[in-house]
Amino acid sequence: MIVEAGAFALILALGLSIVQVALSVAGRLRRSAALAGAGEGAALAAFIAVATAFAALMHAFVVSDFSVANVAANSHTEKPLLYRVAGTWGSHEGSMLLWCLALTGFGAAAAGLGRTLPRGIRSMTVATQGVLGSVFLAYTVFASNPLLRVIAPPVEGRSLNPLLQDPALAVHPPFLYAGYVGMSVVFSLAVAALIEGRIDAAWSRWVRPWALAAWSLLTVGITLGAFWAYYELGWGGWWFWDPVENASFMPWLIATALLHSAVVTEKRGALAGWTVFLALAAFTFSMLGAFLVRSGVLTSVHAFAVDPTRGVLLLIILGVTSGLAFTLFAWRAPSLAQGGLFAPISRESALVLNNILLAAATMTVLLGTLYPLIREAMTGESISVGPPFFSLTFVPFMAALLVLVPAGPLLAWKRGDARGVVQRLWVAVLIAAGVALLTVALVSPRKALGAVGVGLGGWLVAGAVTEIVERTRAFRVPAAETWRRMTGLPRGAWGMTLAHLGLGVFVMGAVFETAWKVEAAEALQQGGALNIGAYHVTLDGVRPVAGPNYDADQATMTVTRDGRPICQVKPERRLYTAGGQTTSEVGICYRGASHIYLVLGERRDGGAATAWLVRAYWNPWASLIFLGPVIMALGGLVSLSDRRLRMGVGRRREQPA
Amino acid sequence: MRLRALLAALAGVACLAAASDPAERLPDPAQEAQAREIFRDVRCLVCQNESIDDSEADLAHDLRQIVREQVKAGRSEAQIKAFLTERYGEFVLLTPGFNLGNLALWGGPFVVVLAGLMLLTIRLRKPGPEAELDPAEAARVQRLIEDETA
Repeated sequence: MIVEAGAFALILALGLSIVQVALSVAGRLRRSAALAGAGEGAALAAFIAVATAFAALMHAFVVSDFSVANVAANSHTEKPLLYRVAGTWGSHEGSMLLWCLALTGFGAAAAGLGRTLPRGIRSMTVATQGVLGSVFLAYTVFASNPLLRVIAPPVEGRSLNPLLQDPALAVHPPFLYAGYVGMSVVFSLAVAALIEGRIDAAWSRWVRPWALAAWSLLTVGITLGAFWAYYELGWGGWWFWDPVENASFMPWLIATALLHSAVVTEKRGALAGWTVFLALAAFTFSMLGAFLVRSGVLTSVHAFAVDPTRGVLLLIILGVTSGLAFTLFAWRAPSLAQGGLFAPISRESALVLNNILLAAATMTVLLGTLYPLIREAMTGESISVGPPFFSLTFVPFMAALLVLVPAGPLLAWKRGDARGVVQRLWVAVLIAAGVALLTVALVSPRKALGAVGVGLGGWLVAGAVTEIVERTRAFRVPAAETWRRMTGLPRGAWGMTLAHLGLGVFVMGAVFETAWKVEAAEALQQGGALNIGAYHVTLDGVRPVAGPNYDADQATMTVTRDGRPICQVKPERRLYTAGGQTTSEVGICYRGASHIYLVLGERRDGGAATAWLVRAYWNPWASLIFLGPVIMALGGLVSLSDRRLRMGVGRRREQPA
Repeated sequence: MRLRALLAALAGVACLAAASDPAERLPDPAQEAQAREIFRDVRCLVCQNESIDDSEADLAHDLRQIVREQVKAGRSEAQIKAFLTERYGEFVLLTPGFNLGNLALWGGPFVVVLAGLMLLTIRLRKPGPEAELDPAEAARVQRLIEDETA
């Protein structure tokens, strides 16, 4: 009964979304506040309806109602509650429902929070959001309905992939999807502004909070995914340039570019056309991501949505919505105002360079992901594009960008003073050079490129601190004055500093870990040991343990350094009985920011005694890789709380259209 | 990331850096390091986007053995890669070749940079907007003021 109510609510949501479009457009055409207000009401109602459907599906998962096809295919009675709940979005159908939930949620939020927008833009934003909602809800209802029943319910479900049964991955999709779909509001605002023919500083200010929120959520989502890959897959890597990772990375890069170009449009009225273009591109890349992951075009053997008709449907949705939006852009963009002038050395130029490099970086990821498909379709030859390609293309572009980052915020608008910037940054230059030289001197084996990379991270961190020191005139005026200036700084400035600082922390961790990780593997008997870096790892023993839905061999390993015990970890090798899959649960020993990463491999019988393959990694500074993006996302949140972005709160008077 | 997980599970094994298995190693550490270097650029043909350095599949094991034997026989990295390409096609290498067919792949990002720089240069050279507002702009300013104060 609950399931039927959910299925009904889903269809109702589709109807409400269509009504939302009709009412909002009618409200705009007739300049009727009542009709437009009804459209906003429909947006809220559509969200409530999708939330009801979502709750119904979640209930079916929690109570293991195997008469629902999707539950039977993706759940199991023995699964712990958290993973039964997470199973709601663990399948194609469920994740599309989550996508719709986020889409209507953002639609309702845009309708509710957009009260300071001029009425025309507000109506058209709600209408565009309604179009997106209708299209994706129609897809969910007709092609990918998660609430369909089966005629003969099985006694037991087929369970969720055990690798996905993990706390980080349980919350990874909601963050990622909220980030992807958050870009839809930016997209809708851009479409509305193009229709209304007004793209200016004020528009840019409305776009920024949504872009910031979506960017922060996406940052968290991607980081959770990378962290999960790091400790769950058991090979010590955190980024593989896998098509699915690239799919989530492209919208992030575009959103990052958008955040920077929107500042130029807001402060100087320039780059309006480019900012709108990015606003449209961000959600287009989100949809492309959904298409790539869900359609299965990138893989031949793969279990997700192998149904090609669904892939084609998603591609049509992507082509039509983005195609229409970009056509509108091509038609309207030439009429956009050009905005203020700026000199070659100016903050505007720096931000344009930032955008050029981010666009080029996005292009490398896009080509690296899609080019093999294109080439195969055109010539029939298949090629592979793997991590070495990205190291040769993406990394140099990003490195060039990172060199510029600390200079940007110190340049003045319109006409900057290059010498002044150099003067203000010389301390940061010294710190960066010092970090690089120290790395060369202290870390063995000596790696010049690695040291330069770590120095680059130091440059970003020192640059971010310099920016705050400059703004508060610290060390040059009395402490009280610095404090006054510090508390007076807008949150947006703090947010930017934090984001750049987090980037530096990430770069240091990523470079150090990649350049100096050490790997060792031995077949060990009980009591056997291996050396990894300066550490000595002993396999104390292996014993069987039983989990809620798996059987495992659990090893006890002791790590010592110069004979002193450091820590004891218990990595496991699990066999999930429901699906017959094996996974490994790694043991990580945290030493400051570095990790000793231990994996229990397969059992080797034969010979004198049973041995186990033990793999050990020394991942120096690995924690920074995940800490950096957390600081960046925090920067996004701090910036989001800036009161300048909430301008007009408390002034709820209706505005003439 | 999820795709990788599914594939890993499909293979029925937890994916580990398989190449580090002590049973397969070459006795000479320098040669072993060279072999590992090559592994990272060779695709496990039956796996999804995995190098033979990572994969536990049988084919990856065989390919590793071939590479190790050739390294041991003193063949250079280029020779070994040429041998693999001869046998399995360009698909086997994870770094796409610098050839005409891949021109767009390698050149695309640079085109973006060049186009961007060109547009920036044009923008920097354009004469400034009139100091006086034309009527349309004045109307826009008026509308903005109304938005802010209404």
